[in-house]
Amino acid sequence: MASKAMRAPVGLRLLTTGFVVFWLIIAAFPFLWTFWGSFKVELDFFSIADWTDALTGTNTERTHGAPFTGAGYHGAWVQEEFWRASLNTAIVCLFVVCTSLTIGTLGGYALSRSGFRYTFWLLIIALIFRAIPPITLVSGYLLPFFEWNVWGILPTAIIVLVAINQPFTLWMLHSFFQSIPKDLDESAKVDGCTQFQAFRLVIVPVMWPGVITTGLFSFLLAYNDFAVTTMLLSESNRTMVPAIAAFLGTTQTEGNVMFAVAAVVSATAPLFVLVLLFQRQIVSGLTAGAVKG
Amino acid sequence: MKHRTFFWFFLPTGLAMLLFIAAPLVSIVTQSVFAPHEPVLVTVENCTPFSCTEETTIDRAATRVLRDEEPLGRFVGIDIYLDRNHLAVAEVAEVWRAADSIGDFVSELGDLPFYRAMAFTLTYTFTVTPLLILLGLAIALAVNALAKWLKGLVIFFSLLPMIVTPLVGSLILFWMVDNRGILGNFLSWVLNDPDLSVKASTPLMWISLIVYGIWSSAPFAFVVFYAGLQTMPEDQIEAAKIDGASRWQQVRYIVVPHLMPLVTFVALIQLMDNFRVLEPIVGFQAQAHAQSLSYFILSDLGGETQQLSSAAATSVMTVICVAILLSPVLVRTWRDFKGKI
Repeated sequence: MASKAMRAPVGLRLLTTGFVVFWLIIAAFPFLWTFWGSFKVELDFFSIADWTDALTGTNTERTHGAPFTGAGYHGAWVQEEFWRASLNTAIVCLFVVCTSLTIGTLGGYALSRSGFRYTFWLLIIALIFRAIPPITLVSGYLLPFFEWNVWGILPTAIIVLVAINQPFTLWMLHSFFQSIPKDLDESAKVDGCTQFQAFRLVIVPVMWPGVITTGLFSFLLAYNDFAVTTMLLSESNRTMVPAIAAFLGTTQTEGNVMFAVAAVVSATAPLFVLVLLFQRQIVSGLTAGAVKG
Repeated sequence: MKHRTFFWFFLPTGLAMLLFIAAPLVSIVTQSVFAPHEPVLVTVENCTPFSCTEETTIDRAATRVLRDEEPLGRFVGIDIYLDRNHLAVAEVAEVWRAADSIGDFVSELGDLPFYRAMAFTLTYTFTVTPLLILLGLAIALAVNALAKWLKGLVIFFSLLPMIVTPLVGSLILFWMVDNRGILGNFLSWVLNDPDLSVKASTPLMWISLIVYGIWSSAPFAFVVFYAGLQTMPEDQIEAAKIDGASRWQQVRYIVVPHLMPLVTFVALIQLMDNFRVLEPIVGFQAQAHAQSLSYFILSDLGGETQQLSSAAATSVMTVICVAILLSPVLVRTWRDFKGKI
């Protein structure tokens, strides 16, 4: 909107700015509010008497002597051992991202370089697999996993998440590799490289932007997953999301709600940093599928 | 690329999908036609000198032998699909006979768990999807008119509801609309009803779940549409202006048609994703008011007695529904592919 003729009239500009501000409040206020409230006691954050208690922290001051308290965080991280859950999440995410990128890159590269008809059908099958809700697959896993005695441990959840991740990874990397000119690896092959050498020496050095974007989405899938981690992990191996869900079951006693609030804020923090650092990649990843598909 | 090379490159990912996506699909179909064995009962006659009493006990050894011989359970065909917790054919027929009107029939149908879950899932999917597209479009148009330095900031905050873990996002909203939370307080003040509670009211619960759905998915639509607006050819807009089109007409006849392929894309993706709605129901603790098909499966799996057969039957039906929703995408992809050859 560079030229002056394209400028909107003042009324319209006020309207659009107002709408953006309205949307920003809707999008961001819940997070700010919960972050603020996580440093209060339950009577303040969930106030029947007077909602301004949550701002001033009247009851928090009465209980802890200051308007802010880390009691919720202490309860969640130390008393309820939330650190264990976050460690598990870190392990699961690390392995899921690495494994699914490794095998996804090989598969996506092969799909983009093979001109045969079956690549189309493989991509279609991947699309169908992408659409299937994970919870329906979970009901198929339980019986065999009990039978083989692999239920409840982290490696099982990691492998399952990698597999569920594959369809999306394949689509994303397939379209990314197609944007890399075929001449690059063709000429390497003319020079005597095998297909794998061409991939390793020519494609690997230039593929990182696409791989990083895909990796971000693999990470988000593993980090945000509820169905698989809740149903396939035993209590001692829980990751953050099922741990938060478990807090909900024990909200009867006072204080536990604030543990859950603190845990929720803690689980949001890494995502906040992630968006801060990788905003451009996330946006380009979201739009890549749309613009092509 | 040769077939052999392709095979080796594709093997790891193909194997992962085969073992953990294709095989479980076969597994749920099998599980859904087998029911667990009922315990073998034996009747023992205990006789005392004066009288005889009959006692029925579970023959543990025989039950175990039976279970070891046929670990899948007994074959029941499609009985599980037709029972009261799923399609409830017998009950539906009865309701149909007893009902006076269509409205009566529909409301009676709502008492059957599967149909109740189906009703919520479909309502959620088909209200959230159009509304989030409209909201996303509105945000994209508004942000596009902003100054450049503001755009990055707005996009950053807009991404948050979408990026955040669904369970976490739904909890954050739920704590706010709780009758002791800030939005709950605000609502009861506006409506002047101090007893107003989202937790206790089915319509309010449905509305909150739908609001959550829109809140969490609108950013996706926004980002996609915003990217589409960047590729908008300016000369078309200028031409329309010269022809005297008002701003509204420019949006209606030039911008929206330009974005139409993206609208279809977002709609199809969101239909599939909203159909699997699960986490908000857990987060809002809404199971008494609203159940989705996914939640139905989760509660079958997570209960004290794991009802694997029942969960499997619901899963199969969910997959069929997803396939129906997906069919337009498949047809479109097929046409594109044909076009390329």
